[in-house]
Amino acid sequence: MDPETQRLLGLVGGILVIASVIGFILSRRAKSEAARATIANLNARIRSWWVMAAIFSATILLGPIFTTVLFAMLSFLAMREFITLTRTDRADHEVLFWAFFIILPLHYLLVGIGWYGMFTIFIPVYAFAFIPFRRVLSGETKNFLASTSRIQWALLICVYAVSHMPMILRLPLRDYEGENAKLLFFFVLTVQLSDVLQYVWGKTCGKHPVAPRVSPHKTWEGTVGGIGTTVLISSLLWWATPFSPWQAGLMALLICLAGFFGGLVLSAIKRDLGAKDWGGAIAGHGGFLDRIDSLCFAAPLFFHITGFCFGTGMDPRPPAWILEWLGR
Amino acid sequence: MRAFLAALVRLATGVRLLPEAPHGNGPAIFFANHASHMDFVVVWAALPNALRDLTSPAAAEDYWGATKLRRRIACELFRAVLIPRRDVNRSNHPVERLGTALEAGRSVILFPEGTRSLDGETSEFKSGLYHLARRYPDIPLIPVHLENLSRILPKGSRLPVPLIAQARFLAPMRLEPEEPKPVFLQRARSALEEMDPH
Repeated sequence: MDPETQRLLGLVGGILVIASVIGFILSRRAKSEAARATIANLNARIRSWWVMAAIFSATILLGPIFTTVLFAMLSFLAMREFITLTRTDRADHEVLFWAFFIILPLHYLLVGIGWYGMFTIFIPVYAFAFIPFRRVLSGETKNFLASTSRIQWALLICVYAVSHMPMILRLPLRDYEGENAKLLFFFVLTVQLSDVLQYVWGKTCGKHPVAPRVSPHKTWEGTVGGIGTTVLISSLLWWATPFSPWQAGLMALLICLAGFFGGLVLSAIKRDLGAKDWGGAIAGHGGFLDRIDSLCFAAPLFFHITGFCFGTGMDPRPPAWILEWLGR
Repeated sequence: MRAFLAALVRLATGVRLLPEAPHGNGPAIFFANHASHMDFVVVWAALPNALRDLTSPAAAEDYWGATKLRRRIACELFRAVLIPRRDVNRSNHPVERLGTALEAGRSVILFPEGTRSLDGETSEFKSGLYHLARRYPDIPLIPVHLENLSRILPKGSRLPVPLIAQARFLAPMRLEPEEPKPVFLQRARSALEEMDPH
């Protein structure tokens, strides 16, 4: 383990120790029934954070194969929650079997062997075509467009988007060879820090809701305060990334904004389906999708923007005039 | 061994373990809507360990008794009561066989529809539940609403889809004195149907 990784792990451990101490003090002080319930939920969240941080750190240290397997399992559990809440018909049954047991493992196999070209198009091209092909064989036309779209969305959000996180480990970056685990750590830390700080700012001084019908607890104060603090902290972590301090800050801002909208979008879907939480698997947090909702849209955006600006070129080069216009 | 198997079933189906028996002590009759082969395993796995050891699911004899392996799984692993669905006579009558288990102090799990429904809707109840309720008026009847089982393993498919199942144990009910059979069966069925989201 290099010293920079040790420092990152120490930082996360330190934050969790401080959070646990604060949670303990608050639980001693809480007087009213409502306050006690809030603090109990806060402490359940902190305990879950310990577990999640430990599992994530351990797998990252164990290397890309373990990380890929961890995210494959996460995709499986997330898609399970997504499809359970979504209305599907008998005619979707065989398609769903393919989505869970063939498309998902094949896609993560591509991540595991690092076949970048096929990884980017497997779900948007091949699975996109296969799902309506298989559904049409059932002969059922009722809900055809709705069902195929739901399954395609499930795969895009829960599998395709999530898999960009382990794929960060395979991203060839200038002067950063063999250090990608820290970049993945930076990304996940930024998103989760932003979630936590938005929650803390929102709970302490949140007043004006951003989108009361979609997500009643998201406030302007929480969002601006949370994102501002996160960008500040993440730009101080520039030494762990291929970025300079101001680049790290801009990247963190991009991640936070994508995470904010990702959280809102998944919340809108959830409410459209008539649920409050995606599931009940993680104490205090809800389901797996409730925890990773803000990672979903941020991961592919972060992956491709980092690759475009700092990569050594996994994709074919853009037309010459665009490079000229960009000054590269 | 059984507790471990039940934990595996809960992990695979997402069903939650009940913290305590829904009716207090003593035997109970659990009845549920029937949508898949896995139904009795799911209800069985959701019961608290102590109660599960004292519970026998009812299983169709024409399926679970058809081969030696299936019979061993049903009778030895789940300690199921095998129930004939055809050629019923006095000596193999389902009510008799379930009654033997209840009199031995065991609880039973049964599916009053008799067969798996094709569309996830609950069909008409057969009369076995009524005869059991009349014979054992002191044993509570507990409706269990199973959700998503028809989407996990629908009739006519061998491929399971890993959705999250739910087993909701509802308030215990009893046969009212002088309650006619059709009224009681309708009441039992609507206890399950009230849980349907549509």
